Amino acid sequence: MSRTAGTLRRYVLQRLALVVPMVFILLTFVFLLVRVAPGDPVSAALGGRLPPEALAQRRAAAGYDRPLIVQYLEYLGNVLRGDLGRTISDNRAVSDVLVENGGATLTLAGAALVVALLAGIPLGLYSGRHRDSFGDVGVRLFGIVSYAAPVFFTGLILQLVFAVWLDLFPTSGQASPITQVRVDEITHILLLDALLAGNVDAVLDVVHHLVLPAITLGLLCVGVFLRLVRVNLIQSLQGDYVEAARARGIPERYVVRRHAFRNALVPVVTVMGLQTALLLSGAILTEATFNWPGLGSELVDYLNNRDYVAVQGIITVFAVVVVVVSLLIDIVNALIDPRVRY
Amino acid sequence: MVWAPIRSSRGLPRWLLGAGCTITLLFVVLAVFAPLIAPYDFDTFSADGQRFAQQAPPSAEHWFGTTVQALDVFSRVVFGARTALEVVVLSVAVSLLVGVPLGLVSGYFGRWLDRLLVLITDTVFSFPPLLLAIVLSFLLSGLLGGGVAPAALAITVVYVPQYFRVVRNTTFSAKEASYVEAARAIGAGPLTVITRYLFSNVVQSVPVIATLNAADAILTLAGLGFLGYGIQPTEAAEWGYDIQRAIADAGAGIWWTGLFPGLAIVLLVTGLTLVGEGLNETLNPTLRRRRLLPVTLPTRDTDAGGSR
Repeated sequence: MSRTAGTLRRYVLQRLALVVPMVFILLTFVFLLVRVAPGDPVSAALGGRLPPEALAQRRAAAGYDRPLIVQYLEYLGNVLRGDLGRTISDNRAVSDVLVENGGATLTLAGAALVVALLAGIPLGLYSGRHRDSFGDVGVRLFGIVSYAAPVFFTGLILQLVFAVWLDLFPTSGQASPITQVRVDEITHILLLDALLAGNVDAVLDVVHHLVLPAITLGLLCVGVFLRLVRVNLIQSLQGDYVEAARARGIPERYVVRRHAFRNALVPVVTVMGLQTALLLSGAILTEATFNWPGLGSELVDYLNNRDYVAVQGIITVFAVVVVVVSLLIDIVNALIDPRVRY
Repeated sequence: MVWAPIRSSRGLPRWLLGAGCTITLLFVVLAVFAPLIAPYDFDTFSADGQRFAQQAPPSAEHWFGTTVQALDVFSRVVFGARTALEVVVLSVAVSLLVGVPLGLVSGYFGRWLDRLLVLITDTVFSFPPLLLAIVLSFLLSGLLGGGVAPAALAITVVYVPQYFRVVRNTTFSAKEASYVEAARAIGAGPLTVITRYLFSNVVQSVPVIATLNAADAILTLAGLGFLGYGIQPTEAAEWGYDIQRAIADAGAGIWWTGLFPGLAIVLLVTGLTLVGEGLNETLNPTLRRRRLLPVTLPTRDTDAGGSR
């Protein structure tokens, strides 16, 4: 037992040690991306709108007249202290933007993941169990087409069918205005706030708004889970232990359910972590399609306003989220599967 | 040699490959002969001195209807194929040219260079791809001006790490093989070993990634266009941009402005994915299922058995 704990601790430490250079490279990468363009953030955002003297004053006040390397070191230091600066176009603290709009993105991504798992796992198990049958071909094609359809196109079709023609769901926003007024903001996650307030109508309203965006984004990831579960089940079914179970005379349905399914599902945890980047990319597009007030929408707005401080802050957070999630997933994996630790 | 596994493939993989190639070829034809196939130019809103109707439903004159700007949707879909193909060919070619040599060098020489490159590409790889493409195309369009180049180059950066990874890993394991060792023993330099011995071993995995990346690149391009960072609407027809314009139409029940460009994306991406999957299943021996040849058992000859 202590041996297990020892190897686990060593693995976690190793993994943590790897995060440091990764975050460092990511931060450098983000800085280079945003700042390699000629000009400084102040002139980019406000150029032409302020007289040159005022512009120079703002530039000096923000420290953009210093050498780039100094600004880079300052950026690194600030990020480590959790300070992402203030936006230029509307002078909000970037951390406020994250708190106020992050909840919407989190809700969307979480709900989409649930949709993807609920659809992807059963379909993948069915498909792998009945390999090369008509059902399998159909499910695989569904997997390919659902990935091939851009999220905004899926969203558009869902809007047309379920919002415009059938009039079942709203097409935009996170909740109706009345709900947003009535629910107090505690966590800035509207669904959670509505639940905390014990306001059933508000919860239903939020869920009602969430259905179409969640399905839209979920369909993007369904194919990944489906394919993974299918391939794993096929491999498990060819495994020696499955053969041994069969040889012992265990009925096929028990063999499949008790022996093969379980092993086919372990990698789902890993892949869930790998989907973070895809999910965030898809969230940007889903938010734009459904007018969802999340970080993706904010990012697009700030890019259009050429507010590089805000853009830098938001993509820094996106990047760090991806790294941290992959770290957590690796650790969870090591807990589940002892083979990973060695 | 290369075609043998494809020719010997049977059943589903062969069917996937065939369907995928057919769809892809269809779009290549659309792209190459766009001016001949499309009835109008992508930015034409009038013919014979008469302005087209705005948001007209599909009809004999306008097969796929018209947009709010009175543009012919069918023509835009056809010209969109051209834009998509230009961007995809350019971005896949450039990322191959960068990723494959980097992978070969990194895998062959190893040491600190390898570690550094692996760390950097892993970092880029962990970055949300669309986010990267958005920021890059935004910045590059400022530097390079309009046209397909900024979008294509932005997409390139997204895919380089994938080629790098695969090529580097196969190089890393292939360089230990005895034929490489033999080559080195008779005095072959690194350049010879890499180009004559390792390259042909390593490139076999590239077609699969390249087709799958091409499919992905079309989605990324459309995503960029949808958000307004892709190709400028005055320069070319682009499906993602068209769908973005169509979102506003959807509320009024106007389906044709979004449906057709969207279907074009779905069809082309599906086609390319099928090619990639088909190639993977035919070229990858661990996934390949060879058809068992029918075995004819010798009939037991009871009369002749008496001699035993």
